[in-house]
Amino acid sequence: MEQGNYVLEMHGITKEFPGVRALDDVTLKVEPGKVHALMGENGAGKSTLMKCLFGIYQPDAGRIILKGREVRFQSSMEALKSGISMIHQELQPEPYLTVMENLWMGRLPKKGLMVDYRAMYRNTVEELKRLKLDFDPKALVKTLSVSKIQSLEIAKAVSNNANVIIMDEPTSSLTEKEVEYLFGIIEDLRRQGIAIIYISHKMNEIMRIADCVSIMRDGKMIGTWDTRELTIDTIISRMVGRELKEYYPQKHNVPGEVRLRVEDFTSIHPKSFRHVDFELRRGEILGVAGLVGAQRTELFEGIYGIRAHTAGKLTLDGQQIEIRRPIDAIRRRIVLLTEDRKRSGIFPALGVGENIYLRQYDRVSRLGKINYRKCNQIAAEGVKRFSIKSPSLGTPVRSLSGGNQQKVLLARWLMTEPEILILDEPTRGIDVGAKYEIYTIIAQLAAEGKSIVMISSELNELLGMADRIMVMCDGRKTGELSREQFGEEAVMQLATQFE
Amino acid sequence: MNNENTARRGKRGVLDFLMNNVIMISLFVMIVVIAILQPRFMSTRVLRDILIQNSSRMIIACGMSMVLISGGMDLAAGRIVGLAAVMTGSLGQLAEASRRFFPNLPQLPPIVPLLAAIVVCFVFGMLNGVAIAKFSIPPFIVTLGTGMIIWGTNLLYYDLEPNHSQPIGNIQPDIKFMGSGYLFGAVPVIILIAAAVVLVTWFIMKYTPFGRAIYSIGGNRDAAEVCGINVQRTLIWTYAIAAITFAIGGFLECARTNGATAAYGENYEFDAIAACVVGGVSNSGGVGTIPGMVLGVLMFGIINYGLTFLGVQPYWQKIVKGVIILTAVGFDVRKNIRKK
Repeated sequence: MEQGNYVLEMHGITKEFPGVRALDDVTLKVEPGKVHALMGENGAGKSTLMKCLFGIYQPDAGRIILKGREVRFQSSMEALKSGISMIHQELQPEPYLTVMENLWMGRLPKKGLMVDYRAMYRNTVEELKRLKLDFDPKALVKTLSVSKIQSLEIAKAVSNNANVIIMDEPTSSLTEKEVEYLFGIIEDLRRQGIAIIYISHKMNEIMRIADCVSIMRDGKMIGTWDTRELTIDTIISRMVGRELKEYYPQKHNVPGEVRLRVEDFTSIHPKSFRHVDFELRRGEILGVAGLVGAQRTELFEGIYGIRAHTAGKLTLDGQQIEIRRPIDAIRRRIVLLTEDRKRSGIFPALGVGENIYLRQYDRVSRLGKINYRKCNQIAAEGVKRFSIKSPSLGTPVRSLSGGNQQKVLLARWLMTEPEILILDEPTRGIDVGAKYEIYTIIAQLAAEGKSIVMISSELNELLGMADRIMVMCDGRKTGELSREQFGEEAVMQLATQFE
Repeated sequence: MNNENTARRGKRGVLDFLMNNVIMISLFVMIVVIAILQPRFMSTRVLRDILIQNSSRMIIACGMSMVLISGGMDLAAGRIVGLAAVMTGSLGQLAEASRRFFPNLPQLPPIVPLLAAIVVCFVFGMLNGVAIAKFSIPPFIVTLGTGMIIWGTNLLYYDLEPNHSQPIGNIQPDIKFMGSGYLFGAVPVIILIAAAVVLVTWFIMKYTPFGRAIYSIGGNRDAAEVCGINVQRTLIWTYAIAAITFAIGGFLECARTNGATAAYGENYEFDAIAACVVGGVSNSGGVGTIPGMVLGVLMFGIINYGLTFLGVQPYWQKIVKGVIILTAVGFDVRKNIRKK
């Protein structure tokens, strides 16, 4: 891998966002006709690196050399024109256009001012033949299956004379047979001398299809190896091998008897969570780990009554319960802090106070009239207990920092005196100081005997806080680790157990 | 450094105050200008006239502001007003009137037409709410459709034998009293009714869990769901209660004018939406107050009356009103952009 002519070289790419260095001096060299896998944990910087390459982000430092010429893309249009294409994780072609219109979108063949449909049809047949694809150029895109749409996207890239094709988790929504079909196409592309940057978490696929593997961690490039030099274990240990950077508060909780038992919980969507069993004890922090798309959020939103499930039994303190909508959960003192506080947490225009006491109206109303004096007492208590920094109770919550907004939401739920708290990504997007405060609150709640589910994509956080970690992959529970078994590699092993 | 900050904040504070109170300030300026040009404008008689003219609009705007705060829209409002007016007229005529809608009907007590109008409109409001909340059809489309259905229903009813789409008149005095009567010889009854409806709406929106649920749904529907608020039920009730205010508005329109036709209420929804939006009720939901809405209605009332008083052509009045709507909403949007 030392010498060789590269089609693409990225040297010393650095990209900073307010408060984080997402990419730190990253170098990546890609050879033509090779499948180059790019691996790393969630947030390691893979997507950011690809966005820098594709012109979506502008790197703060570093050089990109394509076919021996230094390039600098201001937009993805420019990248496309220079021969770089990206097959996105979530494909979004226009459903009501035909295959051929999608293929030539943005560069329709013209005759004068009119679109030349005849030429378009001819060119489409030719392009599809090149990739041995057999579908009708005049079919509507919405009638195609996911894998067909994907091959259409690949055909689009090839017809664009792409030298480099980026595939971001291309198999995440494909069946086994469709994966084989995709691999056949990739084989063809390789023979045509096209370089493929292949991002995936699925170890088996990488071992099968990739010629070489680059591994990233915490915004840095760890190295590039020939796939033959690697095993699944060495990849995982290189992906996670780092020391703990954050510190966690002392925990004094002692897990007690089982409070909530979940059995055979299954979504109505076949690709979502299925047959999940677990238990939650009094005074316990249960960590839930998994990669993006493991359906952790969906599972717990299902338990909380936001998403529908077909099968599953919930037992609370030995009694079977039914949760159809969130209020059923709240009445049983089960609460959910959602993953995305902007989308489903805060009421941005309402005051900090109302965001906290809004759940208390049943308790503080007399004859249907809200007693605002009592409401404000509750809010003031919440503000004090969680040291929320806000000019006043009437300040709209949208003007607070992310950490303070999160504390407002914690206060809202904790003032309802819950027994079971499901916290989905409780520290996402907040600064280190506020994170520590939230860890302290969680540890204290567990010590008071509350049961806590903590869903997190930051493995360190789970290893530092949880008493037990349940790992999910692709909608299934793939295992459970007790404190003695904790380790990043053990978690990653379970998180990548695809069927 | 500190002083500089305070100074800057002081300057910003004044600007903020001006920005936040554009409506109030321009209302005040307008009154002053009209009063200087035409000193007779400043009399209790003029004020009373403006209030009387805008009472039913005020009541309709109460319902509309609830719907807007929930993040919705009710384009059927005007047609509901029209249906209520025709129902009131047909059921509230004098027994000895020459041309009666129901020739053999005895004279009914005034409460009967009022209740009948309220019940029918309430049912239509419920239908709006169910279509919007349960079937997730956009409020704009739902109420556009039901508005047409209600109008058609009203026209069919209005065309019944022997009325044949003739204007209904000869309303009984007890009903007329509510629209154009005076209490103690000086206080117009219609103003008192409007004030009562405004007070009740204000109480609902500010002091009841139901009212606060409307704000939270308009502000962030997903979060409201997570909070255990019954979003569907709340929305259905919002549209149903709004329809009750439209029914009261229609009843009073008939009472005030001593009659009704099926054209009553036409385009009232746009007046109501305009007044609400100018009064600071956000058309994207979650924001706005009842006192603000009241100011918005008064502002339009004063412009209407004041411009006529000054002898400005009605065509120009429309242009002035359009400019006011755009400016008010423009300032509001700017304010919110800055906060992001």
